[in-house]
Amino acid sequence: MADVGQFKGARVQPTTGSRGLSRFLRRYGWGYIFVMPSILVFTIFTLVPVAWSFIISFQDFQLRRESTWVGFQNYSDAFTTQNGVFLEALRNTVYYALVTVTANILIALTIASLIQPLNKYAQTFFRAAYYLPAVTSAVIIAVVWRWMFNTQWGFLNFLLSRVGAEPVKWLADPDIALNSVILSTVLTVPATGIVLFSAAMGSVPKDYYEAAEIEGAGPVRKWWSITLPLIKATTLYVTVLYTIASFEVFEKVYIMVPSGVGNSTQTIVTQIYQTLFDQRRYGVASAQAIVLFGIIATIAVFQFRFLKSDVEY
Amino acid sequence: MAVKTVSRPLALRPVRLRWKTLLAWVILLLTTLISLFPMYWLFITALTPTGATTKTPPDLLPFNASLENFERLFKQAANYWSWAFNSLVITLSITAFHLFFDTMAGYAFAKKRFPGRTILFWLILSTLMIPPHVTLVPSYVVVQTFNLRDSLWAIILPGWANVFGIFLMRQFIQTLPTELEEAGRIDGCSEFGIFWRIILPLSKPAIGALAIFTFVRFWNDFLWPSMVLIKNASYTLPVGVASLQSEFATDYGLIFAGAALAALPMIIFFLAFSRYFLDGVRVGAIKG
Repeated sequence: MADVGQFKGARVQPTTGSRGLSRFLRRYGWGYIFVMPSILVFTIFTLVPVAWSFIISFQDFQLRRESTWVGFQNYSDAFTTQNGVFLEALRNTVYYALVTVTANILIALTIASLIQPLNKYAQTFFRAAYYLPAVTSAVIIAVVWRWMFNTQWGFLNFLLSRVGAEPVKWLADPDIALNSVILSTVLTVPATGIVLFSAAMGSVPKDYYEAAEIEGAGPVRKWWSITLPLIKATTLYVTVLYTIASFEVFEKVYIMVPSGVGNSTQTIVTQIYQTLFDQRRYGVASAQAIVLFGIIATIAVFQFRFLKSDVEY
Repeated sequence: MAVKTVSRPLALRPVRLRWKTLLAWVILLLTTLISLFPMYWLFITALTPTGATTKTPPDLLPFNASLENFERLFKQAANYWSWAFNSLVITLSITAFHLFFDTMAGYAFAKKRFPGRTILFWLILSTLMIPPHVTLVPSYVVVQTFNLRDSLWAIILPGWANVFGIFLMRQFIQTLPTELEEAGRIDGCSEFGIFWRIILPLSKPAIGALAIFTFVRFWNDFLWPSMVLIKNASYTLPVGVASLQSEFATDYGLIFAGAALAALPMIIFFLAFSRYFLDGVRVGAIKG
């Protein structure tokens, strides 16, 4: 009888007693130990701040005294105070994103397609050459462009003078400044896109092209009907990548046009920076950051839906 | 995903395609030139003596190359080497953390079974989409409250929270055969030993890519450091170079000397490891 009782007890125990815990730890403990440091840092420096940022965005947040709840006040303040400069920043950012993302995708696709037929060494050379500016700090690139855009001594106006054109006030004219920043982005070849596209194009099975050749398809037809549909997943990914990056544009604008020439080159992030760093309006800055998050999340979801609709996997 | 490029020898192609090939080369070389020109201009201007930077027409080649700008830089921006040192300390601390702990976490997410694994992983993954600017305000509040201005830790610790590496390592380690771990276990290897002696050495290619990406990303980081680092001596290189621009507004020679010197380590680093860089871009992209 006693034996049976002990036996029964032993069967029940693992789910409740300390032996159960030790067995649980023996089995899963190492998994938790391995993820622990990362999860800890992630929780403290990402999860908590993100949640806190949401909270601050609904508060009149003060450093040295009690903060009060203000509902959506910060969100409406973000858009209405200072003559609605944030709205202008939003418009500028959307314009910047539309132009640069479209240009970047088209340029990356074209260059990757042109690289594709070359031999391995030429491919590696071009990819490396295109990628070099991408490892250089955006601050440094912006410093160089600012000098090249200089009205008096800049390289671009020197080129213009060579063809007899009048000098352009690239960064000083509020009607042109944002377009100049865009020009500098477009003229820096989108290296990541090229590398990703050419990897995707390289993995398209060669038989498809051979079959198309037998059917009498030319290079453009092959590109349009085989290459493009088969690299659609990559196109989607690259588009999302560049869209997010362009909505977060900061260093370029901040360094090239520190004054903002009126508000013509204000972007979402330069606004967040000013609201937080210069004006210390914590609540409004949080609200602006959340708006940026909302925009990026919406666009990402929308792009995935739109581009994924007829891809089969 | 090994990508093998098969190229057909030029001679086998129909002759009428030749001019198209030529056109392709012209376009590629031209875009390369345009894309690299700012980098070229950076170094040319840095080597051009003061008077000559504002000359019309500008020298397209370094005819009067001199190191005069650099001498002035070290004299007038006396903290330049402190900036470089700060950049190095910050970047190395962040990279070292990620190489070790991201591989560990990536290994657990790829190979270990434990309750909550899927939820934790998706939680981490979903935050990849949150722009880093969302955490700016709380981070800045903490820096203000505890007076952490000019502390390098205020840059290093948030840098550790970047989760891209966990994801990258998990994707890579998933492709490693599980038999090797089991063999280690049978041979009496401890769990940490399996990670240290088997997983870590096998993950070298992905760790290399992660090292490069983390290093470049944080070496070039500007927004957050520029908010936290107030004293000139505690700047990092990007913050310092930006400050040169506002301090020596018209001395382009000096500004460019500072910028060129700050760009040089990454350029050398890239030229030495360009293959790993380019492979890394692809590895990082296979997000599924």
